[in-house]
Amino acid sequence: MAAKKAAKRPAKKSAAKKPARKKATKQIPLVEYLRLGERPYLSANECKSCGARYFDRRNACASCGRQEFKKARVRNGAKLKAFTIVHRAAPGIPAPYVSAIVETDDGTTVRSNVVNCDPTPETVNLGMKLKLTTYPIGKDDEGTEAVAFGYEPV
Amino acid sequence: MAAKKSPTKKKTVSKRTQPKKTQPKKPAAKKKTAASKIDDNSVWLIGTDMTAFGRYPDQDLVDLGAQVAMNAMADGGVTIQDMDVLGAGTLFQASTGYGQRLQKQIGQTGSPVFNVSNACATGATAIRTVYLSIKAGEADMGLAVGAEQMGKMGLLGGAGSKKEKNVYEPSGREGAVTGTDGYLGTAGMPGVFAQAGMEYANDYDGVGFEQFAKVAYKNHLHSTLNPLAQYRKEFSMEEIMGAPTMSYPNTLLMCCPTGDGAAAAVLVSGERLKSMPKKVQKRAVKISASVLTSDPYTESAQVQPDVNTLTQNAAAQAYETAGVDPKDLDLVELHDCFATAELIHYDNLGLCEKGGAGDFIDSGAPFRDGATPVNVSGGLISKGHPIGATGVANVYEVATHLRGEAGDRQIKGAKVGLAHVIGLGSACGVHVMEKSGL
Ligand SMILES: [Zn+2]
Repeated sequence: MAAKKAAKRPAKKSAAKKPARKKATKQIPLVEYLRLGERPYLSANECKSCGARYFDRRNACASCGRQEFKKARVRNGAKLKAFTIVHRAAPGIPAPYVSAIVETDDGTTVRSNVVNCDPTPETVNLGMKLKLTTYPIGKDDEGTEAVAFGYEPV
Repeated sequence: MAAKKSPTKKKTVSKRTQPKKTQPKKPAAKKKTAASKIDDNSVWLIGTDMTAFGRYPDQDLVDLGAQVAMNAMADGGVTIQDMDVLGAGTLFQASTGYGQRLQKQIGQTGSPVFNVSNACATGATAIRTVYLSIKAGEADMGLAVGAEQMGKMGLLGGAGSKKEKNVYEPSGREGAVTGTDGYLGTAGMPGVFAQAGMEYANDYDGVGFEQFAKVAYKNHLHSTLNPLAQYRKEFSMEEIMGAPTMSYPNTLLMCCPTGDGAAAAVLVSGERLKSMPKKVQKRAVKISASVLTSDPYTESAQVQPDVNTLTQNAAAQAYETAGVDPKDLDLVELHDCFATAELIHYDNLGLCEKGGAGDFIDSGAPFRDGATPVNVSGGLISKGHPIGATGVANVYEVATHLRGEAGDRQIKGAKVGLAHVIGLGSACGVHVMEKSGL
């Protein structure tokens, strides 16, 4: 970790010399499988043999044991499969919030939050249609903004 | 089988078998019929004990384990010298050589220790370690102990996973720049199990907040009869549904407490049981199935634990091995860490029709006077959940009913029971037990 930081700092110093960079806030996805850009999406590691998808790094496929993966773009449309409204959250996390398991239009299960929606059992409905969205969650000491994804009602 | 010979020889030396040799000679005919019912390769429970669950600030984990170990051996009329193996389960003190520390207090015989930790299935795994040693013919008799001291820690989990970092750097297998708990769903236990319940509600009709709350109502009610329960207070449906929400639909009264406690069981081979006193045989409980499963690959389990498939697999194996149908069960102790969990396990364990868990609780079937009493101990929700002890304590509960010794909470005429635990990660233990009939 220390080595990584040291490697990054000189790069930043040279970047700081260019005044043009000041305008746009640098962004970094909360997790690597979130791809930012004009139309953000999730990128899964898809097993070339059986098609199982993973959002984290895998040494081999949990489904079939083979080791060949390719990147797969996951559809942004989804529906709500399960949720809970968390009132007692981890430190620093605003509560209540809606934690969710969603199924994307291409059948991939994703764990995320439902956002832009009242966190009440009356508003959140099983089976409701959702789509992927992104939002900033904070900045580091260098001004880089971390961006998370969530799903909002359509 | 060759390995079996050496421990068998030891028996002729042990104090225990000496009186037995004189006993069989008198009622020879009777003894034969009873003993001949015992399959040499079967495994039996002959002694068990548990502490009341609660807080023990003045005792350490060895105190708790030693007490139940010695009581369980005394219960079976045996001693530490009879134990060929010790399975010792604790989660939080897993790396401390708990079993050996225990032996130094109850008898340092030099017999092998398996220190096990397997999430909330730790206790069941300790029992299964002893079971396997007996099945393998390497032990005639063994002791399983499960214990935990949790004090007043929370069960929220995931706390503090948000690291204080000055510069975002992707790390870990998801390349996360900071903790994801709370941003990408919840990692807290009440929430994970809430979602498992809500997924069931999504798939099947007749399941909602009220059905989940009824589970907690039932278990709090049951606990009033159990002197070993951490809490023994009845709550109304209004109180349960109106309690502070932890993770909807789980309110505070629908979540298990943390606590301290220990439980122990002594297991013996059928071959050895044959030569034991009749009163031990009479109170013996047959372990008709001992099963441990892990979570197999399922699509949805890649982002959240799947608590269903491994439980279904364990149940199927257990019923087949025991030759028991879920309808035969007189009582079930299952892993109700949260009310939402108990409801889906009705279905996972085949206690109800597929998709029928809502109707099952609505019909009153899992209440102590219902068709299949579930968690008559009060369950984890009210009896408590000192993690390493839980899987042994539910075997204690079922065995005690099968022996007809459960006092006020006795399920009358109980002959067959099932004990189930599940730990996230995931591990599931199922034991099917039968009254001796000897
Ligand atoms: Zn594969």
